[in-house]
Amino acid sequence: MKKYYLPLLILVLFVGIVGGSWLHVFNEYWQLVILFMGINIVLTVSLNLINGFMGEFSCGHAGFMAVGAYVSSILTVWLFADDKIFGPPVLPASWAIPLFPVILIIGAIAASLAGLLVAIPSFRTRGDYLAIITLAVNYIVKSAIENMEVIGGPRGFVGMKRVMNNMAAVFDAPWLLIWTFIGMLATIFIIRNFMSSTFGKGIEAIREDEIAAELMSVNTRRLKVIAFMLSCGLAGLAGGLFAHGPGGYINPGTFTILKSTEVMVMVYLGGMGSISGSIISAIGFTLLLELLRPLGTYKWVVIPLLLVVMMLFRPSGILGNKELTDVFPKLRAIFGAEEENYAHAAN
Amino acid sequence: MPMLQIKHLTHYFGGLRAVYDFNLEMEQGDLVGLIGPNGAGKTTIFNLVTGAYRPTEGEVLLDGENLVGMRPHEITTRGIARTFQTIRLWNELSVLDNICIARASRIQYGLVDSILHGKRYWDEERQIKRRAFDLLAMFGLDKEAHEAAKNLPYGEQRKVEIARALATEPRLLLLDEPAAGMNPGEISDLMEFIQQIRRDFNLAIWIIEHQMRVIMNICERIKVVDFGETIAYGTPEEIRNNPRVIEAYLGEEAFDAA
Repeated sequence: MKKYYLPLLILVLFVGIVGGSWLHVFNEYWQLVILFMGINIVLTVSLNLINGFMGEFSCGHAGFMAVGAYVSSILTVWLFADDKIFGPPVLPASWAIPLFPVILIIGAIAASLAGLLVAIPSFRTRGDYLAIITLAVNYIVKSAIENMEVIGGPRGFVGMKRVMNNMAAVFDAPWLLIWTFIGMLATIFIIRNFMSSTFGKGIEAIREDEIAAELMSVNTRRLKVIAFMLSCGLAGLAGGLFAHGPGGYINPGTFTILKSTEVMVMVYLGGMGSISGSIISAIGFTLLLELLRPLGTYKWVVIPLLLVVMMLFRPSGILGNKELTDVFPKLRAIFGAEEENYAHAAN
Repeated sequence: MPMLQIKHLTHYFGGLRAVYDFNLEMEQGDLVGLIGPNGAGKTTIFNLVTGAYRPTEGEVLLDGENLVGMRPHEITTRGIARTFQTIRLWNELSVLDNICIARASRIQYGLVDSILHGKRYWDEERQIKRRAFDLLAMFGLDKEAHEAAKNLPYGEQRKVEIARALATEPRLLLLDEPAAGMNPGEISDLMEFIQQIRRDFNLAIWIIEHQMRVIMNICERIKVVDFGETIAYGTPEEIRNNPRVIEAYLGEEAFDAA
């Protein structure tokens, strides 16, 4: 019976969010907030793999997000929308519905390959290299996009709105919200499963003592590259989802170091190496940004202050390196299906 | 052909000669000691053999295969595991995870399986966990399996480190000062324990130790190094009476204690 709790919870959430949006139970503003929550969960959980579980310091997550955003939106606009540069749609609009997730995955793969380019030089040695290189990459990506007139340069890239409208014209459903929900679930599933496998736990061994990990037969270089590509790929997925949001418009200014910092803040707020912490903090932080909206620019005075207070009283973040199920063992009934398998292994 | 053959191993740190022309042969089941004054280059030799450093010159052959130039994890996979002078466990991880992760190179399932958790994944993970528990039980540590490694007392952390090294399925185990920081009672247990490991796992053990009591009582042959050079090699009895060894240790009463 217990093992049905989690699928049931997911189903209820899915029906609640998607159904609620479809029937306009929540207005467009709240749909947007929910969308950002989902995207922020993807970003935070994926960055946690590198900054939390692996103990490295990547500060260019927005750069990889940009790669995913641009690659997927160029593809959808080229294939499914009438565009000044790319001409009339290549494929009929009805194809957009099944191909949209495929394009999101292509965007994710592109971001993950960009991650590979960064990982190869920066993981030769441990230390601050990754921080410096990812910082540089964030700027390089932004400047490269700014200088490509074909995709709008600094003005940004438009047309995704038409793609989403075409999809809705074929069949009216909150497509983006559906795929954001699935993307968020997939991200949590991937990171959680990977980090519970003996293979993935090698990442934590690298954080604890990399030399010992290498000497105890962990192929540290390969594992670090895999983890980084996984993390960047998921950032690309988040970028693709973000690009197709209600604005229907992206520009390089969105993917600056500020955006990367925002994701880092969410990771440290939730707790390094805690997936549930990342989820809670992504939801909380998104809500906080919205609640403080009336303050205007002063929001950016209040939020950093809150962070300083947080760091003073709870420096390890909301959950530290624990999971919600460690703090509230009763929740294992819902989230702990896998641990039961370990219990069997122990006997 | 001997299992392990070290030929003319030499290593320089810049202009400093740390190890010079070190030679050794070991067979399955051997128990060899490596002693020498502080800074003689003993740990450097271990670092060269396990691939942490790349030797300036010389060869390390395991079953005739040259290990020089391989990365440490490749060497460990081929059968050489070690412990460290100062304990290097993965502190925040559980004792069980510390053991399981050391089986990294034996994992058959791939990246996709590690995410999708299919039947093959669970079969293998259960087997890894079961073996880890068996190993911990052998060391009397199975009660502490879910405890974070950092919470264990010092002596038990030493044991976990040895168990972790054994989890890689070595044929040659390098122990770097296993008795460091132990009291006389613990040292007696350790000596018993080392001999038991050698019997149960049928492996060769190479041990660096300052406690002469350990070295003289359990090693069959002893290598003595000073300033990176071998100054003596022989049975405990021969080493005890070797004038060059006594000279290197002059002023120390280590030999009397043994």
